[in-house]
Formats: sequence, C-alpha cells, structure tokens
Amino acid sequence: MDLLLDAVVIGVLLGCFYAAVSIGLSVSFGLLDVPHVAHPAFLVMASYAVFFLNDRYDVDPLVAGLLITPLLFFFGLAAYRLYYETFERRGTDAAVRGIAFFFGVAFIIEVLIILQFGVDQRSVTASYIGKAWRIGDMRIPLRLVVAFAVASALTILLALYLSRTFMGRAIRAVAQDQEAVRLMGANPVRIKQWAFGVATAVLGIAGALLIIVAPVEPTLDRAYIGRTFCVVVMAGLGSMSGTLIAAIILGVAETIVLTLFGASWAPAISFAMLLGVLAIRPQGLLGRRS
Amino acid sequence: MKRNSVPFWIGAALFLFAIALMTQIIDNQYPFFAGYVILQFVVLAVAWSILGGYAGYVNFGTSAFFGVGVYTAVLLFKAAGAPLAVQIAAAAIVGAFLGFAVGLLTLRMQGIFFSIATIALTIVIETSVTNWRYLGGAAGIQMQRPPVMAPFHSYVQMLFFVQALLVVVAVAIARYIQGSWIGRGLQALKDDELAAECTGVPTLRLKLLACVISGALMCAAGAPAAMYLQYADPSSAFNLNYSVTVLAMSLIGGTAHWAGPVIGAILLGVTQQLLAVTISSEVNVLVLGIMLVLFVVAAPEGLIGLVRRFRRNRAEGEA
Amino acid sequence: MMAAGATEIPLLRIGALTKRFGGFTALDNVSVDIRPGERFGLIGPNGSGKTTLINCISGAFRTEAGTVLFRGEDITRLPPFMRTRRGIARSFQIPRPFRSMTVAENLMVALDFAAAADDRISAGQRRDSAMSILTQTGLASKANVSATRLSQVELRKMELARAMATHPKLLISDEAMAGLSSSEVDEVLDLLMSLASQDITIIMIEHIMQAVMRFSDRIMCLDAGKIIAIGAPAEVMANQRVQEAYLGT
Repeated sequence: MDLLLDAVVIGVLLGCFYAAVSIGLSVSFGLLDVPHVAHPAFLVMASYAVFFLNDRYDVDPLVAGLLITPLLFFFGLAAYRLYYETFERRGTDAAVRGIAFFFGVAFIIEVLIILQFGVDQRSVTASYIGKAWRIGDMRIPLRLVVAFAVASALTILLALYLSRTFMGRAIRAVAQDQEAVRLMGANPVRIKQWAFGVATAVLGIAGALLIIVAPVEPTLDRAYIGRTFCVVVMAGLGSMSGTLIAAIILGVAETIVLTLFGASWAPAISFAMLLGVLAIRPQGLLGRRS
Repeated sequence: MKRNSVPFWIGAALFLFAIALMTQIIDNQYPFFAGYVILQFVVLAVAWSILGGYAGYVNFGTSAFFGVGVYTAVLLFKAAGAPLAVQIAAAAIVGAFLGFAVGLLTLRMQGIFFSIATIALTIVIETSVTNWRYLGGAAGIQMQRPPVMAPFHSYVQMLFFVQALLVVVAVAIARYIQGSWIGRGLQALKDDELAAECTGVPTLRLKLLACVISGALMCAAGAPAAMYLQYADPSSAFNLNYSVTVLAMSLIGGTAHWAGPVIGAILLGVTQQLLAVTISSEVNVLVLGIMLVLFVVAAPEGLIGLVRRFRRNRAEGEA
Repeated sequence: MMAAGATEIPLLRIGALTKRFGGFTALDNVSVDIRPGERFGLIGPNGSGKTTLINCISGAFRTEAGTVLFRGEDITRLPPFMRTRRGIARSFQIPRPFRSMTVAENLMVALDFAAAADDRISAGQRRDSAMSILTQTGLASKANVSATRLSQVELRKMELARAMATHPKLLISDEAMAGLSSSEVDEVLDLLMSLASQDITIIMIEHIMQAVMRFSDRIMCLDAGKIIAIGAPAEVMANQRVQEAYLGT
C-alpha cells in the first residue's frame, strides 16, 4: 500500500512533466491539425542541445533550455512554412504524405544525433540532480520536484497565453474557423505559423526537463510518440487543461504498472492507453472538438 | 475484359529460373545474404502498398507484422520443429488474422490517427513478446538450422529462392488487386472515402480485405528471417526501422502501380547494402530519411509518377 | 398511420428522426413521408438541418432516435453503401469527385458497385450506360478528361451523373445549383426534370426559390431542426413562419 502511495505521488510529478512535454503537441496537432509525428524528435533534439551547453559550458540545464527557446521558435516558424507550402496548400492526399514527411524528419534527426553524439545515454549535471527530499516515509527525487514545478509553470503560462493574450486568442480562433478569421482581415497562415513557432519554442524548457528527469538517448523519441500522442488524444484535441489531467493520468498509470509489474511492461502503457482511447472515445476524455 | 497475363507469367518464370540458376552456379555466399534482404524488402513493400498505396491508409505497423512473422516461425520451430513451408504458411494465417483484428480496431480512424494507432500496436505487440519467456524474452533466442535439402548447397541459398517465390506471389496478388474491382474500389475510397461509400463502394469491407492480404504477406515475408539470422530478439524483429524503410521504398517507387514498390525496394535495398558495408548503418538510415523527405516533398507520386509525367509531357510536346 | 385501402406505401418514410451533435440538436423529431415519383423540395435557412437530414437518409450520420424506412424496409442501421445499392443516391453540396480518375471512370465506380447484384451486365454494357448518362448530362465530350480539370458547373453535373449511374429510385440533390449562372441553373433544373420524368423520386435542396417553386410537387421547410411547414409550394412560400425564418425576425 505504501508502495502504491509512493507510486501515485511520483506518478503525479511525472505526469506534470509529461504535460510540459506534450503541451506543444496540443497546439501543433490538437489546434493546428499538423500531423507532427516529429514532435518527440524535436524534443529529444532540444534535450541534446541542453546537454551540449551543460557539458561543454557548464550551463544549468534550465537556463540552457531558456537560451535555446528563441532558436527553437524560429526553427518552428521555418518548419511550418515548409510544411504549409508543401502539404496543406495542396489538399487531398497531402495528409498522408504529411505524416510520412514528419516521420522522415524524425528519423533524420535521430540519425544526426547519433552521428554527433553517439548512441550512449547522456545526462546533465546540476545542483538538484542526485538529491532527494524526505517527506514522511517517502523519498522523492529532487529533480522530479523541480521538473514538476517548472512543468506546471510552463503549462499554466501557455494556457494563459492562449486564453488571455491577443495572439493566443487568434490562435484558438484559427483552430476553430479559419475562414472566419480570414474574413476578419487576419492572415490565418501567419497565425498558424506563429502558433507552431510557439509550440516548438516550448520544447526548449521541455527538452531541459527531459534530460533532467532521466538520461536521454537518440531513439528516445520513439517512446515519447506514445506518451505525447496518448496525452494529447486523451485530453481531447486542443484542450490545455485536459492535457494536464490526461498527462497526470498517464504518469500515475505508468508508475503503478512499473511498481506492480516491473519495467518490462512500461514501454507499452502509453501506447496501450492511446489505442484504447482511439478505439473507444476518440474525442478524448475532455474533448472539445471532434 | 481479360488483360494479357501471359507476359507477366513468362517474366515471373524467367525470374525464378534465374534465381534458381544463381543458387546452382554461384559459390560466394555474400550475394545470397544481401539478395535475401533485398527480396524480403520487395515482398514487404509490395504488401505494404496494397493497403498504403491502393487504399491510402499509411500503415506504420509493418514492423509489427514482420516481427509477428518472425516469432510465429520461432514458436513453431521451437515447439514442433516445423519445416520452413509450414512456418511460412502459419505466419501468413496469423498475419491474416492479425490484419483483420488490426483493421477492425483501427480502420475506422481517420488519417493520422490510423497511422499512430499502427505504431502503438507495434510497440504493444513488441512489449508482449518481450515478456514471453518461452520465446526468449528480451535477450532473444537462438535457433539451429535444419540440414539443407537438395538441390540447394547452402541454407541461405534456399532461403533466397524461397523469398523469390514469395516475391512472385506478392506481386501476382498485388497485380490482380490492381486490375480488379477491388483495386478500383480502393482507388475510389482513397480519393474520397465518403463519396465512395455513397457511390456504393463497401469501404470498410474493402479496407479490411486489403488489411488482411497485406498483413498475411508481411508476416509471411518475416517468417524465413528467423532461420536466416538463426537468432531472433524483439527489439530487432519489431524495430520501427522496418516500418519507415518499407514506407520509404513504396513512396519513392510510387504507389499507384505494383511495379513502384518493387523498384523502390530494389533501389533502396541495394543502396542500403552498399552504404551499410562501405560507410555505416547510421548513414544508411540517414540517406533513407532524406530520400523519403525529398520524394514526399518533390515527387509525391514516386519514380513511377515521374516516368508517367515525363512520358505525358513528351507526348504532348510531340502532338 | 394509413387509412384502410391507402394508395401506395411511401418510398421513404422518416419517423421521429433526431440527430444531436454534443449539446446541439440538429434534427428534432422530424417525420415525413415521400411518395414514389414525387418531386420534393427541401428548404430552410442555413443551419436548419437540411444537409443533416440528407446525411441521415443516406447513412453518413447515425441518429440518436427515429427510423428511416425505404420501400417498406427499415434501413436505419444500414451503412451508406447498402443504402446506395437499394436505390438511394445523393449529390454533395460541395462536389466530391474522385480526383485520380476521369469523368467516365467516376461513373464506372457507381456502375461497378451500386448496380444490384442481379444486374450482372457486362463491362461493355456498363461503359455504354456511362456514356449515355454522360450524354444526358451534357458531359459526353469530357468523358476522358481528368476530374481535376472540370469547371464548377461541370463538377456539379458530374456529381449528379455519378448519382444517376447508381440507378437510384430516390435521388437527393444537395444545392446543385448554388453559385451557378441563371442559364446554368436552367440546365441543372432541366436535367432534374428529365430524371423525374424517368420515375426517379427526387428530393431537391435549394436556396434558389424560383427553381424550387418550378420543380416541386411539395415543399418542406426546416428551421432549427424542426419542420415548420410542408405542403404545396405556393402555400409554403406564403406561410408566415417560413418568411420569418428566412428574413430572420
């Protein structure tokens, strides 16, 4: 029972981390309908950039994450432009090719990381990594608490951005009705491009959290396809609060299975849950759009 | 209206004859090792194209079916010492059932959801097999090849020929589908599924059929791999690389015609073998990824599409 | 409820049909009988549920409640392709051609798949059938042209031609005339009239009131998912609620 309680607590912390990692996808796939299978690859790429800055220049990983955020923003702008010009413009079976495109990009990123950094696991060093807090009988790794705090802040910030700022509301408007936005004189493509940039920029901090929470290796993006898409689909596409709740559910489910059945079943949890949601209730648990 | 099948079957017979001849006159084992892999990818690409190309459902589950084929062979060999032909037949049957189940589960999902679901399925199946200790678990399982039968001198030569047979079977089936009402129905539902359904096309049934056939062929292609490597482990058998490679081969070759995946598989297969030997297997995957992206962006109809466009432009130029 | 010795069973009987999207009720308890051979007009402001009703009849949508009976058979649970094979055809408001095919090939799909099982006619006969339909709709010269190269009005005609190629007993035309010039509207109207004269029951959804008035034996007006008027064209048009629905008070 104690073990279970431990698992739930860790699961909640982990879940918030999953939310931070998935929130970009909530925007790019949930709101913008981009079949962004390469989102986890971008995430891993960001975490390797953080590793590089931490390893070479002793920069704190979270600071490194902040530093690469503007770079990622522009990268996102460019990536969306390429995607839009090639696929969305041309309609019809472009959706099919869009998925293949992002898959190809994900693999390219994976290989480039291998060529640059090798296949071994990499991790970062920081003052909060390696320590643990004692609360009653529980030992909670400090890095998870840091991840939890930063992730929560990031998620809340992005949710506020989307609901309170002008640009954020424009993004949500475009997601609902592109034509209406165009009729109001705004350029929906520019707005979507900006949104994609923001979704990619968020991966700076998210990537830092990724390598803080656990060591990374080049093929890690494959496992995170399951986690991020599971969260986003369960949440109901485009729902920010849903992302947080779905992520916590995933985090808790994973940790409980890990505790009860061991690590060999862990990789399948997110994918199994994803399959379940897709099969039974594709509009998500808190679905707003269908 | 009967299409003329005679040239095709003559070609198929010649192909098999050439393969058989190779096994008798070439002593060096390397061509057979490399050739086996290329032929295997031809079967996989052609099979993939039945659902992915004709129907337009981009299936990322090739790795799942391939892995299930490998492990079906492993299971039958370990439990009953089954001969290769039985392993392959059993794999095909399992593949058909799996295709049906996967189809029922996922074909109602649109576009990217279908694709993501097939990835999810691969991982779930891989994890399940990893936890099945009878089949070796995560560490894998080793197998001993039975003695080779005449007229072949080495087991790999025999596997090479068997895979060539599977190529002929797969291509014949794809060719039949392409020219039949099944193919026309798939083409209609690929263009516009709702319109097809309202025009009388039984879309779900056709998709399921494509899924079953595709799955059976992909599993059959995986079965001999167990004997080829004499070793199987889940992370290799279910590696997502298979999914991306086969996808790339089909898209680069062109999905409208069965010749597309054949050309794509041979081209990329040979390139892969060369690169893996001369440079590294990582560069191999890099080249694959880059070519996939390039073709998807610039030549979405693949090499076949480029040839067609070239021919059409020339005809219009001369007219 | 039929009186004893009633004339004929309705071709299409819709009973208490209700369709909801989340919290929004698109069709609310709609019941109507369509007689065989009837020319039936369906009007109503945007969002009133016309296309939703069509989608429910053709099977694209599942309904929360109610039944759809076609020639006496309950087809409420049947998938769209089976309904098409039983003789219900529809065109789409925004044309949905098969883009990788020519015009003739588009029709061949219908002829190959929607023809009843006992219509084992040869491929040659099907091809002739396609050509005759194309001639009837004025598309004969475009038979071998790719569907991507058609003009708007040609696309609309192909939509109707493809629906005709399914040999329907009930044809539903969803705003086939929207955005067309007046001569083009007349072309489409003539086409629908000639189909009606071939014993095909037609439901026409249109906003072009003149066309609906000329065409229909009866008109039904929907508003916010409910039937607000049904009857002879002149009556319905004079109905105050209909006028309010369109002018929006």
